[in-house]
Amino acid sequence: MSRWIEVCALDEIARQGSRVVASTQGGIAIFRTADDRVFGLLDRCPHKGGPLSQGIVHGDTVTCPLHGLKLGLADGEAVAPDKGCARSFPVKVEGGVVWLQLG
Amino acid sequence: MRKENLVVVGNGMAGMRAVEELLKLAPDLYRITVFGAEPHPNYNRILLSPVLAGEMTIQDIVLNPLAWYAEHGIALRLGRTVAGINRARRTVVADDGSEVGYDRLLLATGSTPFMPPIPGRDLPGVISYRDIRDTTEMIDAAGRYRHAVVIGGGLLGLEAANGLRQRGMDVTVVHLMPWLMERQLDRAAADLLQASLEARGLKFLMERQTEALLRGESGRVVAVRFKDGLEIPADLVVVAAGIRPNTALAESAKLHCNRGIVVNDTMQTYDPRIYAVGECVAHRGIAYGLVAPLFEQAKVCANHLAHFGIARYTGSVTSTKLKVTGIDLFSCGDFMAEKGGVDAIVLHDPGGGVYKKLVVRNDTLVGAVLYGDTADGARYFQMVKDQQNIHAIRDQLLFGQNASVGDAGHAGNAHAALLPDDAEVCGCNGVCKGDIVKAIKGQGLFTLDDVRKHTKASSSCGSCTGLVEQILASTIGGAYTPARSKDKAMCACTDHSHGTVRQAIRDLHLVSIPAVMRALDWKAPDGCASCRPALNYYLISTWPGEAKDDPQSRFVNERAHANIQKDGTFSVVPRMWGGLTTPQELRVIADVAEKYRVPTVKMTGGARVDLLGIRKEDLPKIWADLGAAGMVSGHAYGKSIRTVKTCVGAEHCRFGTQKSMGMGVKLERMLFGMWSPHKVKLAVSGCPRNCAEAGIKDVGVIGVDSGYEIYVAGNGGIKTEVAQFLCKVKSDDEVMEYSGAFLQLYREEGYYLERTCHYVARVGLDHVKAAVVDDATQRGELYARLRDALQDYEDPWTQAVQQPAVRREYEVIQLVETKG
Ligand code: SRM
Ligand SMILES: Cc1cc2nc3c(=O)[nH]c(=O)nc-3n(C[C@H](O)[C@H](O)[C@H](O)COP(=O)(O)OP(=O)(O)OC[C@H]3O[C@@H](n4cnc5c(N)ncnc54)[C@H](O)[C@@H]3O)c2cc1C
Ligand code: SF4
Ligand code: FES
Repeated sequence: MSRWIEVCALDEIARQGSRVVASTQGGIAIFRTADDRVFGLLDRCPHKGGPLSQGIVHGDTVTCPLHGLKLGLADGEAVAPDKGCARSFPVKVEGGVVWLQLG
Repeated sequence: MRKENLVVVGNGMAGMRAVEELLKLAPDLYRITVFGAEPHPNYNRILLSPVLAGEMTIQDIVLNPLAWYAEHGIALRLGRTVAGINRARRTVVADDGSEVGYDRLLLATGSTPFMPPIPGRDLPGVISYRDIRDTTEMIDAAGRYRHAVVIGGGLLGLEAANGLRQRGMDVTVVHLMPWLMERQLDRAAADLLQASLEARGLKFLMERQTEALLRGESGRVVAVRFKDGLEIPADLVVVAAGIRPNTALAESAKLHCNRGIVVNDTMQTYDPRIYAVGECVAHRGIAYGLVAPLFEQAKVCANHLAHFGIARYTGSVTSTKLKVTGIDLFSCGDFMAEKGGVDAIVLHDPGGGVYKKLVVRNDTLVGAVLYGDTADGARYFQMVKDQQNIHAIRDQLLFGQNASVGDAGHAGNAHAALLPDDAEVCGCNGVCKGDIVKAIKGQGLFTLDDVRKHTKASSSCGSCTGLVEQILASTIGGAYTPARSKDKAMCACTDHSHGTVRQAIRDLHLVSIPAVMRALDWKAPDGCASCRPALNYYLISTWPGEAKDDPQSRFVNERAHANIQKDGTFSVVPRMWGGLTTPQELRVIADVAEKYRVPTVKMTGGARVDLLGIRKEDLPKIWADLGAAGMVSGHAYGKSIRTVKTCVGAEHCRFGTQKSMGMGVKLERMLFGMWSPHKVKLAVSGCPRNCAEAGIKDVGVIGVDSGYEIYVAGNGGIKTEVAQFLCKVKSDDEVMEYSGAFLQLYREEGYYLERTCHYVARVGLDHVKAAVVDDATQRGELYARLRDALQDYEDPWTQAVQQPAVRREYEVIQLVETKG
């Protein structure tokens, strides 16, 4: 069963920044882009497990802080020629509040 | 909008590179038609030699498979030669009679091998060396015949000869001149080359003129006869006597040609609708025969085809590398030191098989020939291109920077070409030579950046960059050309260099990252992880107080004010001014370590205590405890002031001449909160015994009886650099002023991620001395600007503890997970 859960106000996430949500499935990084879109990825880089939430967000991409792998925020896929994928979670904003769907 | 028609004649390396560049800039502008006389899609011509030598196959060297043309909607006409251009009607006519109209035409017809008028040159078995057909014919002949003669001892001839020898033929190279590759090598290097090729079984006939190629009973060539009467058997004759720009088509259309199709700096011919790139072109009187310049031309041409209209091609300096496995040879620039005012610095060790010659004019390096040890080839080439003044390093220039590559970059002496495939090249990412060579060949890579992206080699600490460049050069030959460093683009988001961007921020008074990106036409809307931190630094250092610091454009360490660890935890290093501490501080550190169960407590190389393995959520709590005892951030994580190491000095030491602890503490307090292009480390020693290791610091201060000696631009990291003497001063205040002025100059002029040693190598110590030592006014102003920029700095740990909005960044959101 998938459930939408309230996370926080959009304002509580910095633009081009992220917050980490603790869940039973592990930490989930919620990113906010420069143009206010939000995305959710498991906070573990497919390379060596780096915390993606701590990376630099540019466009709809995040660069892992440990060794610089770039991942698309929408699907968690590494930008070519790199390979790898971080699990992604549906996220939405309604009335200034961020919601996360856990599968 | 109607798409314009672009017709490309020549499906080779330059033509298709221009199309690729065009598609990147303007994918939908043109309907593109490509004519290719050869029946193959575009392939990597320079790798024909490894194919001939049996190291690769034809499939391996295809650069653009047929699917690529289809994917981009390119109409490809293979096996069709364009026979004429009708400029009035704007059409081209192919040999099958078909006609295609163009709005723009691009000629990339390459060159044709030169066939000297020797009787017998039309016999079966006599070929040139240019394309796949020639190569397969050679491979076929090697399977059936024994004797091969290669006419021409240049680059192509030697690669052909080596390949045929590898395939078991008995090969003789005939050369008109007294030594091999006379246009790329001087005699001494060529003699060493000849000796080592002889050792591989090749035979040479020097200074011989071919009179005729003789026909055998079967109708095929059987022998070569020379002017002096000598005759040698030959079942295969490869003529590699040079190339001529292929201008036949252009000439038939009455386009101005003069040893190549004449083009201007935007790659246009005399007919502005017709462009030309590649070996068929004469630009400022030069026709290039190596791919690196052709790729630069292709980029400029694409820029104009895409209606951007800003790029200019101004010519290239080329380098040469012979692609014979196991032979290390490099030459670049003007290496024949025969003209006046020119010196040659030479090392010649025939027994050891090493020869190096550097040609110097007016204290700049203008050319180099290296044989046997090409480790420094890329570096010399860069110096030639940069026209760097080498006065200060002239006496050591020949001995190279990388007298030592093949390990992590610190010692050892392996050479790229001789390294086995399983030798580890990049120690950070565990990449072996074989992986790199495979990627270069298999993926068709031409630049250092490509290699970094595809293999990760040299993408971390960078100490193996020189070695990777060498491997690239020895795999693709002269096709590798590093950019002039001052022109190197910051990253893929822009074509501008660090220098241009710094300048623009100052001149245009830009104070925010979006403003810079708008003003300089950034290609990615909000940049990337490499340019944003650089821009942020340039803004806050150029316009302190005015430009706002952007935490999101800082690497996590500077955002979290702690060092991230491999498992995502952090380390905390409280500042210990000058390396001094107190029992009370130590007690608090011990308490914190126990309270938060810190797994590791260690002394750092910077003489202070590190608490490792701390969860991000705990950082503000630990800082609160440390802060209560007066401890602040040590910035062990930043492109900022790190440490000022001191020795005990005159305070306690029996040899001490100056109070080094006191001096160190004063310096560290002055510099607290200083952001810089890269990290900055200082040391103060109380006497020349130098127990604080001031000789390898960004600023090193050594006490002497009459005052202090100041040294700058040392580095103890990836490549150890000894600091250089800046000046001698008398008082503590002067130490502060001179060091401060030097660091401010570096802050204002350094490029992001350039340590002081790299900065000073770029601008020259004389430039630094002129500003900091000789000119008291400028020194005073620099020093004042530094103090001004640092006056309001607040400890970031205290801020994180006190301000809820900042503190939130460290908190993990706990979900209310209801059962649903
Ligand atoms: C903690 C410390 C090692 C130790 O346990 O002693 C350390 C740890 C790191 N060093 Fe260092 N360096 C430490 C002293 C040094 C020294 C010695 C010194 O400062 O006297 C050097 C050589 C001196 C020099 O810099 O000139 C040194 C040269 C480097 C370099 C190479 C810099 C260069 O220009 O060549 C890097 C890589 C870089 O900065 O790009 C580096 C990078 C790093 C990083 C930050 C790597 C990273 O990006 O994560 C390490 C963080 C480890 C971690 O998990 O927290 N570390 N590092 C030392 C902290 C000193 C301090 O108190 O602040
Ligand atoms: C064996 C070998 C080794 C080499 N090694 C190196 C090296 O190590 N490093 C290096 O930098 N360079 C090397 N080169 C040189 C490099 O390959 C050339 O500089 C480069 O390929 C030139 O590119 P281009 O597009 O100008 O010409 P080409 O790649 O020759 O392409 C021109 C194409 O146009 C076609 N064409 C010509 N006229 C017409 C027409 N009228 N209609 C239709 N099609 C036409 C030709 O058939 C050809 O396919 C080597 C060359 C050879 C042959
Ligand atoms: S602390 Fe420094 S030397 Fe040690 S592994 Fe990390 S970066 Fe390398
Ligand atoms: S863990 Fe993310 S790049 Fe290595």
